[in-house]
Amino acid sequence: MSAHIITITSGKGGVGKTTATANISVGLAEMGKKVTCIDSDIGLRNLDVVLGLENRIVYDLVDVVEGRCKVNQAMIRDKRFENLFLIPAAQTRDKNAITPKEMVTLCESIREEMDFILIDSPAGIEGGFKNAIAPADEAIVITNPDVSAVRDADRIIGLIEAAEKGPARLILNRVNPEMVKRGDMMESDDVLELLAIKLLGIVPDDDNVLISTNKGQPVVLNEKSRAGQAFKNIAERLNGKEVPFLDINAKDDFMKRLSRVFGKEN
Amino acid sequence: MGRRDSAETAKQRLKLVLINDRTNLNARVLEEMKDELIEVISRHVSIDATEVQITMKHEGREQRLICDIPVMPK
Repeated sequence: MSAHIITITSGKGGVGKTTATANISVGLAEMGKKVTCIDSDIGLRNLDVVLGLENRIVYDLVDVVEGRCKVNQAMIRDKRFENLFLIPAAQTRDKNAITPKEMVTLCESIREEMDFILIDSPAGIEGGFKNAIAPADEAIVITNPDVSAVRDADRIIGLIEAAEKGPARLILNRVNPEMVKRGDMMESDDVLELLAIKLLGIVPDDDNVLISTNKGQPVVLNEKSRAGQAFKNIAERLNGKEVPFLDINAKDDFMKRLSRVFGKEN
Repeated sequence: MGRRDSAETAKQRLKLVLINDRTNLNARVLEEMKDELIEVISRHVSIDATEVQITMKHEGREQRLICDIPVMPK
């Protein structure tokens, strides 16, 4: 066994890095893969709450790097999947508490025991990003279809290529099909053309993401959620399976029920 | 139109912004380069300075400067 190490990054904050890391990790674990996800956003820890594991933290990433514990002591086992682990970020330190070299050493030390290691990168293009990208075999860039998120994604793609970690693949998050349809939101083809990279997944805007995060239960476990389905498909693609991209314009359940009422089920 | 085409507006604006971001070349620098090129090339061959064009072309993530310089007949 030798893990594939994937860093999830974006440049801009708030586009869905942590949500994507949590959901892809859970999706891979659900498929029986052995997964460790690492929160490298030191000082702004969040992957723990999205996964619902915040009450189990004893040691963190900086404790491992500074030798206060062994790496397996900082690996929190998920409560749903025994093959999923989280290494949380330190909350009381800053990005300079670790170096890119230390991140590489840490990842290499657990590589043989895992199928996948996913690293949740902090926003920005400085030290925190450099720590997160250093151990990566592959990078995933996540963005939203708005001008500032796409611009920042382009910057980060350039830095990934400069670090010889490319070509990155793209997740386009929070796509609103109604807005796309009326021409008020860029569609995936527009964003892919601008950024000139390959698509890994399109995730529709979905209230279930916030509801799941409120409960600490990743949306990928919700069979009815379209965002959850999109994350599951992304996990499948990372595991080497070819899954067609979601039809972003497919009618949702409400619309289906509505058309059934009017006898126009299709 | 206005509101209905805002996605297309976003795309066109981003196209220009990304070219600048990737290369640090803005319209002013391109104009300066054009003037300097005209000066150098004119020393060796007679050209139509008014028709010189310098543009940025991109293929995937690669940027290419294209310079079109009409040479005057002898």
